[in-house]
Amino acid sequence: MKFDKRAGDVLIWALLLTAPFWLPLAGSYVELGTRVVIYALAAMALNFLLGYTGVLSFGHAAYFGLGAYGTALTIKYLVPSTPVGMLAGIVLGTVAAAIIGPMIVRLRGVYFAMCTIAFGQVFYFIAFQWFSLTGGDDGVSAWHREPLNFGFATLDILNSNKAFYYFVLAVFAVSAAAMAFLLRSPFGRTLLAIRENERRARFLGIPVDQHIWMSWVVSCFFVSIAGTLFSLMNDFVDPRALRWDQSGNFVIMAVLGGMRSFWGPLIGAAIFLVLQDYISSETQNWMSFIGLFFVLVVLFFPRGVLGIIRRKATT
Amino acid sequence: MTQLLLFNVFNGLIIGAFYALMALGLSLILNLSGVINFAHGGFLAIGGYLAYSLIPYVGFWGALVASPFLVAFIGIAVERVLIRRLYGRDPLYSLLLTFGLAFMIEDGTRFIWGAQSLPYQIPSWLSRPLSLQFFFLTGYRVFMVLLVTAVVAALFVILNYTRLGIRIRAGTLDLETVAVLGVNTRVLRNLNFGLGIYLAGLAGVLAVGMLGLQPTIGDNLIMPSFIAIIVGGLGSLPGTLVGGILIGVVSGVTTVFLPAASEAVMYVMMAAVLIVRPRGLLGEEGRF
Repeated sequence: MKFDKRAGDVLIWALLLTAPFWLPLAGSYVELGTRVVIYALAAMALNFLLGYTGVLSFGHAAYFGLGAYGTALTIKYLVPSTPVGMLAGIVLGTVAAAIIGPMIVRLRGVYFAMCTIAFGQVFYFIAFQWFSLTGGDDGVSAWHREPLNFGFATLDILNSNKAFYYFVLAVFAVSAAAMAFLLRSPFGRTLLAIRENERRARFLGIPVDQHIWMSWVVSCFFVSIAGTLFSLMNDFVDPRALRWDQSGNFVIMAVLGGMRSFWGPLIGAAIFLVLQDYISSETQNWMSFIGLFFVLVVLFFPRGVLGIIRRKATT
Repeated sequence: MTQLLLFNVFNGLIIGAFYALMALGLSLILNLSGVINFAHGGFLAIGGYLAYSLIPYVGFWGALVASPFLVAFIGIAVERVLIRRLYGRDPLYSLLLTFGLAFMIEDGTRFIWGAQSLPYQIPSWLSRPLSLQFFFLTGYRVFMVLLVTAVVAALFVILNYTRLGIRIRAGTLDLETVAVLGVNTRVLRNLNFGLGIYLAGLAGVLAVGMLGLQPTIGDNLIMPSFIAIIVGGLGSLPGTLVGGILIGVVSGVTTVFLPAASEAVMYVMMAAVLIVRPRGLLGEEGRF
């Protein structure tokens, strides 16, 4: 059996575009679809770094959370406008990543992972402690996303969950296309070269640290987009959005779906969130099951769903 | 003012001793096996809870001795069954696995012992202040500092003078050569993991006497331990020790002048070290 890549793309887009109509039929709800798309964007952004540059970040929740907080605080205190809020969140997350980047791009492997974890905690800590601005543990509430006004028409993303789903999907589509474009560009090919053999890439005269920094910033840029959408979805954000377990969720989604495939993280996010949704409604001890799930994935599905399919297709 | 400063320096020293104890265990495992043990905080919690359950039977001192050993056995079993399979693979996988374990342990302790904070009795003569002027110098705190000092000294004696310790250090430098020389590296890594977890368990028993006992007790200690390792330098155990005590004391002193920044200062230190000296204070060049 030959796995046709284009057919897969068409299938995925068809499923995503029709999701609000078949999700209720499948006994689920539209918000779950929205959540899957948002987390998929975050996991795909992480995979830009993890799967395509070969650098392990375990601190992406920080930039996800910064995007979320930037949006929430801007809409609440400054300008009640969804696009302005999003822009503020994205700028906040990306700038923070750009500043932290130079301190860690010289490190590799576990050391890189450890520093991303530790730096990620800084923002959790700030969000938790700066009570007057962020509300501490209670989070930023008492605000909501605003309907989008295009001048000639308004998209009521506030009251219609379908409209909000399609808005999220549109942002997702643009982001995914941009990432695919970047990965196909000479820049993306250089990242692959670094992943495959860093020393050889260096011999070829590629400034490796610089490229890892760029990849890191691009990855955090997209993850902060996901963060802004996340806070818009909830009309609320609290420090749990940027805690380290959130980073772990992104990584497990990417691994579960398949790190070496573009759509892997989307599939991983879908499986993970559906499972989480189901388990947490069934039992109080959902944390144990999620933990067990991590262990099982690592032991038995290290290549992820798409990795297994692809392997079957080639043999 | 002097008394306040002294109080916070001493407090920082105690907290730093905890960080160092945690970080030394993490560092041992990381150096030899390349595994970041996210579940370290979980093992610490198990240490505390086991001690809590043991005290009615064997008393405080018995629990202090027995509980860390039990935790170490659990650690050895976990390494045998799960973590061993991941050696030599991308560090991503061991990170995810221990991450999942941390979830399971936290939830497991909550399931067994309940989510509320449990009372934890230390001998009354230990909880009394030693002098009226320095009210903060309770016997327990002094005892803790002394015990941690003794344990760390013992650890360095083991690492420098026993066969096991020398093999661990040699394996840290070049595991393949050690294997070629006829050392069973599977057993070595197994014992090393147990040693690291023992330190976590001990830290757990001591910590509950100060911080109280709840399932998330390890959470607040694990991040500073990471920072201690980064500041001290990856691959260097003395560095980890210095790093742990340093960040404890610095954050204690910061409490005097700017309480809100007492934890932020640790991250500032980490950033400063990474900018000026990415390999850490006592780390070796080119290890990572």
